[in-house]
Amino acid sequence: MNRPLQPMLDTSPAVSDEVRKTTCYMCACRCGINVHMKSGKVAYIEGNRDHPVNRGVLCAKGSAGIMQINAPSRLKKPLKRVGPRGSGAFEEIEWDEALEIATGHLKRLRDEAPEKLAFFTGRDQSQSFTGFWAQAYGTPNYAAHGGFCSVNMAAGGIYTMGGAFWEFGQPDWDRAKLFMIFGVAEDHDSNPIKMGIGKLKARGAKVIGVNPIRSGYNAVADEWVGITPGTDGLFILSLAHELLKAGKVDLDYLARFTNAPVLVNDDPGSPDHGLFLRDSRGRMLVIDRRTGKPAPFDRKGVQPDLAGRLEKDGRTHRTVFQLLAERYLSDDYAPENVAGRCGVPARQIRRIAAELAHVAFEEAFELPIEWTDFRGDAHKTMTGRPVAMHAMRGISAHANGFQTARALHVLQILLGTVEVPGGFRFKPPYPKPPEAHPKPHAGHAPGKPLDGPHLGYPLGPEHLLVEDDGTPKRIDKAFSWENPMSAHGLMHMVISNAHAGDPYKIDTLFMFMANMSWNSSMNTEGVMKMLTDKDENGDYVIPNIIYSDAYASEMVAYADLVLPDTTYLERHDCISLLDRPICEADAIADSIRWPVIEPDRDVRGFQSVLIDLAVRLGLPGFVDEDGKALYKDYADYMVNHERRPGVGPLAGWRGKDGTKVGRGEPNPKQLERYIENGGFFIHHIPDNAAYYKPWNKAYQDWAVEVGLYDAPAPYIFNLYSEPLRKFQLAAEGHGERQPPEHLRARIREQLDPLPIWYPSAEDGAGEYPYHALTQRPMAMYHSWGTQNAWLRQLHGRNPLYLPTEIWERHGFREGDFARVTSPHGSITVPVAHHAALNGKTVWTWNAIGKRKGAWALSEDAPEATRGFLLNHIIHELLPPRGDGLRWANSDPVTGQAAWFDLRVKIERVDAPPAGSQPQFPPIASPVGRGPKNLAWKVGK
Amino acid sequence: MHPAPSVIFFSTLSGAGFGLLAFLGIGMPVVFGWEAFGHYFVAYALAVGGLVASTFHLGNPKNAIKAFSQWKTSWLSREGIMAVASLLVMGLYAASEIFLGLRVPWLGWLGAAMSLFTVFTTSMIYAQLKTVPRWNHPSTPVLFLLYALAGGAILAGNGNIALVLLLITAALQLLAWRAGDRRFAARGSTIETATGLGFMGKVRQFEPPHTGSNYLLREMVHVIGRKHARTLRIIAIAAGLLAPAALLAVTPEAPLALLALAGALHLAGVFAQRWLFFAEAEHVVGLYYDRR
Amino acid sequence: MTELPRSTERSLGLVIDLDTCVGCHACVISCKGWNTENYGVPLSDVDAYGADPHGTFLNRVHAYEVQPKTGGPAQTVHFPKSCLHCEDAPCVTVCPTGASYKRAEDGIVLVNEDDCMGCGLCAWACPYGARELDELAGVMKKCTLCVDRIYNENLPEEDRVPSCVRTCPAGARHFGDLADPDSEVSKLVAERGGMDLMPELGTRPVNKYLPPRPRDREDKIDILAPFLEPVIEEPEGFLGWLDRALGAVSGQGAGKETGQKESG
Ligand SMILES: Nc1nc2c(c(=O)[nH]1)N[C@H]1C(S)=C(S)[C@@H](COP(=O)(O)OP(=O)(O)OC[C@H]3O[C@@H](n4cnc5c(=O)[nH]c(N)nc54)[C@H](O)[C@@H]3O)O[C@H]1N2
Ligand SMILES: Nc1nc2c(c(=O)[nH]1)N[C@H]1C(S)=C(S)[C@@H](COP(=O)(O)OP(=O)(O)OC[C@H]3O[C@@H](n4cnc5c(=O)[nH]c(N)nc54)[C@H](O)[C@@H]3O)O[C@H]1N2
Ligand code: SF4
Ligand code: SF4
Ligand code: SF4
Ligand code: SF4
Ligand code: SF4
Ligand SMILES: [Mo]
Repeated sequence: MNRPLQPMLDTSPAVSDEVRKTTCYMCACRCGINVHMKSGKVAYIEGNRDHPVNRGVLCAKGSAGIMQINAPSRLKKPLKRVGPRGSGAFEEIEWDEALEIATGHLKRLRDEAPEKLAFFTGRDQSQSFTGFWAQAYGTPNYAAHGGFCSVNMAAGGIYTMGGAFWEFGQPDWDRAKLFMIFGVAEDHDSNPIKMGIGKLKARGAKVIGVNPIRSGYNAVADEWVGITPGTDGLFILSLAHELLKAGKVDLDYLARFTNAPVLVNDDPGSPDHGLFLRDSRGRMLVIDRRTGKPAPFDRKGVQPDLAGRLEKDGRTHRTVFQLLAERYLSDDYAPENVAGRCGVPARQIRRIAAELAHVAFEEAFELPIEWTDFRGDAHKTMTGRPVAMHAMRGISAHANGFQTARALHVLQILLGTVEVPGGFRFKPPYPKPPEAHPKPHAGHAPGKPLDGPHLGYPLGPEHLLVEDDGTPKRIDKAFSWENPMSAHGLMHMVISNAHAGDPYKIDTLFMFMANMSWNSSMNTEGVMKMLTDKDENGDYVIPNIIYSDAYASEMVAYADLVLPDTTYLERHDCISLLDRPICEADAIADSIRWPVIEPDRDVRGFQSVLIDLAVRLGLPGFVDEDGKALYKDYADYMVNHERRPGVGPLAGWRGKDGTKVGRGEPNPKQLERYIENGGFFIHHIPDNAAYYKPWNKAYQDWAVEVGLYDAPAPYIFNLYSEPLRKFQLAAEGHGERQPPEHLRARIREQLDPLPIWYPSAEDGAGEYPYHALTQRPMAMYHSWGTQNAWLRQLHGRNPLYLPTEIWERHGFREGDFARVTSPHGSITVPVAHHAALNGKTVWTWNAIGKRKGAWALSEDAPEATRGFLLNHIIHELLPPRGDGLRWANSDPVTGQAAWFDLRVKIERVDAPPAGSQPQFPPIASPVGRGPKNLAWKVGK
Repeated sequence: MHPAPSVIFFSTLSGAGFGLLAFLGIGMPVVFGWEAFGHYFVAYALAVGGLVASTFHLGNPKNAIKAFSQWKTSWLSREGIMAVASLLVMGLYAASEIFLGLRVPWLGWLGAAMSLFTVFTTSMIYAQLKTVPRWNHPSTPVLFLLYALAGGAILAGNGNIALVLLLITAALQLLAWRAGDRRFAARGSTIETATGLGFMGKVRQFEPPHTGSNYLLREMVHVIGRKHARTLRIIAIAAGLLAPAALLAVTPEAPLALLALAGALHLAGVFAQRWLFFAEAEHVVGLYYDRR
Repeated sequence: MTELPRSTERSLGLVIDLDTCVGCHACVISCKGWNTENYGVPLSDVDAYGADPHGTFLNRVHAYEVQPKTGGPAQTVHFPKSCLHCEDAPCVTVCPTGASYKRAEDGIVLVNEDDCMGCGLCAWACPYGARELDELAGVMKKCTLCVDRIYNENLPEEDRVPSCVRTCPAGARHFGDLADPDSEVSKLVAERGGMDLMPELGTRPVNKYLPPRPRDREDKIDILAPFLEPVIEEPEGFLGWLDRALGAVSGQGAGKETGQKESG
């Protein structure tokens, strides 16, 4: 045989000396990684096959982690500002000095006015810890980034069904046959969504993508709904209209598991108008179809009547379902009447409604699993309705996002597809209804901890954080009448409110991991000014800024004191059930990070630094009676802190001998167990508890056993949201706490207990006819990816994509620039053509544009010269409407930043500038510049 | 294709050098002693200089020696072998003319054939590439040979032959350009065949794989303006072929200075032609980038 | 060495599913990571933190837009591309040094960097842009089909697949023996109409692409699920319907004895 000579190849080279398993940090998905080490250095990173989140796969960012931990932009030492703010001029100082400076400010404020500290963190994964710290410190001004991220999705889900999409649940990837995905480019569940779509595709299941932009998940969708931004609510309610009209709703499910049969006071004159009829023990009442008499909804054997009606004390009560049907059967929601506005043909809406009904009801199936519901009724099987949905910021980041998220959940519930096989499933510790969440607290006093947790889910005006005169108690005005249900705070308002001294001035802004002078702010240029603005005495309006970052980001330049963090492979971290764990619908799971390499710089893990500061300040929970430290560092805290007796940050290997799950005494060997197990812990839900979780006795009991609840807490879904109605009632003049006059009308209209749709942006399309959006690139994480030598080659600059309609109308050609103007300002940017795009929408990749000098890049880096941000033309306030008020560019319910309500006009510029505009003066790099070339190989 | 100076130098100079050697090999002119030395010096300077230039474009020249190994399949290997072999054979032939004053005709004829075959191997490096339709055609070797012969004839002082060759080359070059302009389309490779997506509809690039540049784009995707190309074509034909032809037509018994001028003009024209040869050649890989 | 084997014992290669690829670039970076650390010289990056960052990659993901012949909205197709390990690999035969070769046992096309002189001709010969000359090392780099993984006894059996395949979150990349008609990959190709890229060039690629399934199709639904028939013509008819429907659900007259329902 002709077999040419071939070189001898070693096809079995050694792969590494050792594999260390930990958790990825390149995004909030928190996949498991195998870090291959050679001579003590990181040689290669791959996914951990045993890990529940990613099962071995890894995204581009995860694999590029090696370039992240070696990035030249890593901070090296604590920094003290020496030049003017924003210049980037620093001197390196020792940790002792840095901690003394920080303690100085913090101690003074705690003793005098703890509310003058605003402590806000970014997308870190230790909010249960940072929140605990802030509570012990005593400032009411604490939150993380959720308020500008996706609080609409979270709150819409929690208030409606005790859990949301986002990280709280997942489609039943193994059983769904029709999957609808709304407004998602990437999400926090990056790898699982891709794996799930892969599974659906392998089975030939259908994927429908609802998104103005057809890329990524929408590119592989079998059908694309190129919706006009901000109109999903209308589209969804039109689907509901069609389903109701055809009677294609799951009546049995609605009657048993939702508040559809609950009786609502239907008497407009009554102070309880719109509230539920309850018995003396406060239990919601339904009509029992067996007796025709009212009965508590959860009584054993009760058969709630969807058609029930009751006259009581001269007042009419009708069921939620009747109110709901009445509303959505209205012709306002007929496909023909929404098609134009949504940019979706009526025929397509009809067809999708038909497909949903077909798959939910004709392709239903039974799993032979017996279970017992909370009423004690036994069921022989579990009914599968294989329609699954998912949604994210495309819905969330609009000023009508809360109601749209609710509308979507209502649609899912009408189809009976939540927590059933084939549908959408919660991940423990969810489901958890609003009642089971804490209420917000802001009770502060000098030298004292706060009177309770900062954030939570208000159930009515009584839970607002406002003074008697209505003034907000928090610097971000969360839980005020402006946005009563702002469950995650409003990080995007902190700097502007602090600058305006509205509602009061603060002294120290303490931030962690949020690039607030650049891509995570609206009105970036304005924010830079606020951070550098001085008062009449020549002092900064925001007097002190302490910031922790791991890299030389744009925000570092605006801090007075920089506490340099470690990178994710150099520290302990805890992805906890108390916070945002890595659970699956079938299991509880949590995980850790541990130092698989030692830092080669003088940096410290921020969580450990917080513990150090807490000890210096003598904060309760961190020191014993003698003021002695309870925890040496964060690793020690992770093992030994107990939030409730036996329940701590980590659920695995608890108890002295490590045999207990969820509840048990601290185990000194706990971290070793985690490391042996690949950095995570997983514990499966019994089969008969895997579905119907909110109502399934087996699940409720299991949840108590593993410490998720202290007692079973079954509940029914809130198609109708009573807390919203309570705010509305107040706006109608009922009750003691009354909203300010200028907000009454808005609350009455927009805090509707049944989902509604209203135009999210200034709909005065006239002057600004186009919607401008951003999408996350799958291979970049916000601003951090840019310092990564591999990833920045994929996305080193970003064009503005224009649909064919605009491209042709303005005669654009390749290489052209456009001036993009919003009511707030104007940018000039390179353009490109994108046909698979809603004709009224333009878009770009998020956070690619960089400030000159940041991230240890050269000043002529394409990110800085050609890259750009839309943030410059998005304002935290809406343009004046002539009522003398400036309304926030936020959802009126939750305060969610409405990033995607941006409206623009587009002009072709005849003489293209050298690069994108605006440009800002370069900032000095506190870490120098990166090397010219790389040829990375750690082996031999 | 990227018009790399090293490769342009190489093919222009070595082409003329081997052309000259071919004429010397067949005894046109027959030269001995110092005169022979002069002729051979020019020929070797061009041929070897060209070869040396070509190594500048190697990423890893230390392995260049291995290029002699794959004559069975590789035109580049064959070229290397042929170049060395013909230089050796012609070297022997030249040595005997210079030092012994002796002409060994069979050796000269062999050397001449080998020299031309060397030029042919060079041309086949390009002509074999299906990925570059413009090159992938018999006209490529024919033109390479004609250019080499025409250049060789001028340098050898064979005015009449040169005149004829120059005119034939000019005619063929014009035809080749015309045909070449259509060949990419005629071969049928499109973004649709490249992606296999033609069955769905019309394809265009939405996003390139990287916003950064890459080797492929730098090396294989060189977009040249039409007007620019036309000017260069005129220069190539006018300076490289017609002007020397005119000079030679006016003074058939050309003095050395005039020959040198004709030669210089010719080489300058060939540079332009070679620059275009690369710059105008479109590689199919450009289809993946919606650029050619 | 640059003679192509007349036939190979196996034809290992990739099958890439264009219906499923979401364009995440995971395979690109995983490949970069593995091959920087393993086979041959590292894949270098030039001007890594500067104005013109560029480096060597063995796998790149393009994105195309298709305007369907049949009308309907434009479609986006993400399109990963690495070496296709062609049966008639022109890149091999042109190589003067013998550095390029196609392995007789499994058909993998490789560059032996110890022999490569960096002339770039193989990259010119490849229609697919699958070879890149490393700017710092000056040698030709290309996809190795992870030859140092797929037989690697230091890796657990299940990990003996290319790095890009192991990492692909969507499961859009499949690896196997395309010469074996019973292999999973061959079956996929047969079922889904796996296709060759630029077949007109006669390279006979081993790697195959599974075409995107038809999108935005209206025809299927009419048979499978007819449009919904309204049972409630006017909102006022709702309770009547509900009454009937509830009766059907529980098999008993819906709360007849309450007398408290609204009629009509
Ligand atoms: N136009 C537009 N703007 C947006 C959005 C949008 O969709 N469109 N989205 C918004 C949303 S949802 C979000 S979440 C924000 C995100 O915006 P940011 O929260 O600002 O996110 P990043 O850019 O990732 O920056 C976080 C900072 O964390 C630092 N960092 C990274 N790793 C570490 C570490 O280990 N320790 C410490 N201490 N610091 C670290 C980085 O260097 C960076 O400075 O952007 C918002 N901005
Ligand atoms: N790779 C990567 N992953 C990330 C991040 C990252 O930076 N990079 N960031 C993380 C963070 S902090 C977050 S918050 C999540 C966010 O994850 P996503 O929710 O996926 O966020 P975006 O990328 O902002 O995508 C929003 C999508 O909504 C669409 N959209 C906008 N308006 C509308 C509308 O009105 N209707 C519909 N139907 N769609 C609309 C946009 O076209 C876009 O596709 O991603 C997380 N994961
Ligand atoms: S999705 Fe990617 S970046 Fe996010 S945790 Fe997983 S591997 Fe890391
Ligand atoms: S990893 Fe998979 S889904 Fe992502 S780009 Fe590569 S082939 Fe496509
Ligand atoms: S794809 Fe290109 S490099 Fe790979 S075998 Fe085919 S021709 Fe050679
Ligand atoms: S670059 Fe290397 S592998 Fe390619 S043809 Fe030249 S010598 Fe052969
Ligand atoms: S098979 Fe290996 S070398 Fe080839 S593209 Fe995949 S990861 Fe890269
Ligand atoms: Mo976010």
